[in-house]
Amino acid sequence: MAHLNPTPVLEPGQDRTMILNMGPQHPSTHGVLRVLLEIDGETVVRLMPDIGFLHTGIEKTCEAKFYQQVVPLTDRIDYLCPMTNNLCYVLAVEKLLGLEIPPKAQWLRVLLNELTRINSHLVWLGTHAMDIGALTVFLYCFREREEVLRMFEMVSGQRMMTSYFRVGGIALEPPLGFFDRVRDFAGYFPERIDQYENLLTGNPIWMMRTKGVARMTAEDAIALGATGPTLRGSGVDIDLRRDMPYSSYEKFQFKVPVSQEGDVFARYMCRVQELRESTAIVRQALDGMPEGPIKADAPGVVLPDREKMKTQMESLIYHFKIITEGFAVPPGEVYQAVESPRGEMGYYIVSDGTAKPYRVHMRSACFANLQTLPKMCEGRLLADVVAAIGSIDIVLGEIDR
Amino acid sequence: MPLVPAITDLEQLKSHPAVACLLGWNAAAVQGVKFDRDEMTIYVDRANIREACAILKDDSECAFNFLSDVTCVDWYPAEPRFEVVYHLLSIPKKERVRLKVRLNSASPAVESLTSVWPGANYFEREVFDLFGIRFTGHPYLRRILMPEDWEGHPLRKDYPVEGYR
Repeated sequence: MAHLNPTPVLEPGQDRTMILNMGPQHPSTHGVLRVLLEIDGETVVRLMPDIGFLHTGIEKTCEAKFYQQVVPLTDRIDYLCPMTNNLCYVLAVEKLLGLEIPPKAQWLRVLLNELTRINSHLVWLGTHAMDIGALTVFLYCFREREEVLRMFEMVSGQRMMTSYFRVGGIALEPPLGFFDRVRDFAGYFPERIDQYENLLTGNPIWMMRTKGVARMTAEDAIALGATGPTLRGSGVDIDLRRDMPYSSYEKFQFKVPVSQEGDVFARYMCRVQELRESTAIVRQALDGMPEGPIKADAPGVVLPDREKMKTQMESLIYHFKIITEGFAVPPGEVYQAVESPRGEMGYYIVSDGTAKPYRVHMRSACFANLQTLPKMCEGRLLADVVAAIGSIDIVLGEIDR
Repeated sequence: MPLVPAITDLEQLKSHPAVACLLGWNAAAVQGVKFDRDEMTIYVDRANIREACAILKDDSECAFNFLSDVTCVDWYPAEPRFEVVYHLLSIPKKERVRLKVRLNSASPAVESLTSVWPGANYFEREVFDLFGIRFTGHPYLRRILMPEDWEGHPLRKDYPVEGYR
């Protein structure tokens, strides 16, 4: 009666590990990330991120749109930094076209990009702290984030999906009172950063949960393709804004925060310092804002002003042609990268000479940064996985595209 | 900046550090060069791409130590149909270079870069998933964005935008 034998009891030490699914609905995964964990007690033996739940085929969609119709799609890749994606895309198309952008548009782009960075970092800080257990910070961060979103609403009419940049400039003059509001915000925001830091930086619980946790060396970070604060937290001093400047970033003075430790705390410090630096850039942009047009002088590419359309026949024709036929872009290819709040955001655009891009590829920072997660977590405690995921600041929309 | 015509003459561009480095290593591996819109493109022979990347990474003049991106362009119905595109970045020199490998449509395959940069892993899986290019020597070549049982490769030009119904 061999088949009635009870299931053999495992020898001690044999088959100790178990597989645990974290996500795709786990609150700390910031979206729909599934993490497959092989754990031995509380220790992570193996970790494998499983992505693709948010894949919407944006790259394929872009190929069916006119160049100017792609701009709203770029917002939706990374819903926390829409302006950064707008900027990267329009810079790439402008490079393909060989367009010169007036200084005021460039400075406004810088100003709005730094506000976007503040917005994105505030969401990161709030949710990251909440994951680790500091609930209060979330409310504080969202108080200021709300103010930034109101400014976005002022300029673009939208809080999150701004689509404010255009190929050749920006869509509209900022409304009256916008600059005062930004100046006001830049005035009191450093004090608010102090408040967050009071809650976290010296807090013993915070330090225990972050210091020495999810360590990564600089060599590993470079080999795995990490960028942004994830890379700078490991002591690699690179920031595309300073090192390969675009949109006149070379005219701004700012420090690039770098931490050497490579742990969660180091990445936290990098981002918090970046909040301060971004505020400084915002202030410089306000003080030095040049006068002049906000759109390039390229009638076949840039939509004419409403006023001109009503009085000049050519403007009306151009408007009609751009809307119905798009604008042809000379054949070629460019790779344009910008420093997004998460790292190197790159657009690789191939043009075949028509009005629709032949290929648009988005190099998303999180997609590469996520590869560092196994390196950070394997051999460490399960509870630290949550801290590690928070510290690389993932946005699943950008990873899955 | 106004557009200037692209330079594709190897003689004019051989002083570029990346080109010089690759020519010095194996002149047959360099199939062509292009300098357009301030960006350097080098067409590398398919059999040599992994070694070429390793050389560019280790060379002290170039020091392209960071792999920014791997992607692909489908030139259907032309042949060679696929261009696998690699963007390298030199963190010490703040320079970029683009390497390209041309592949025919019949069983497109190229050597994986995961032994040079482990970070190539996800990018190559994405290209495999969306274009159906095989990367030989890849440790875990499976679909990454599309479901496991998906048919076809969505970013190929002969794949309809709405998908197969």
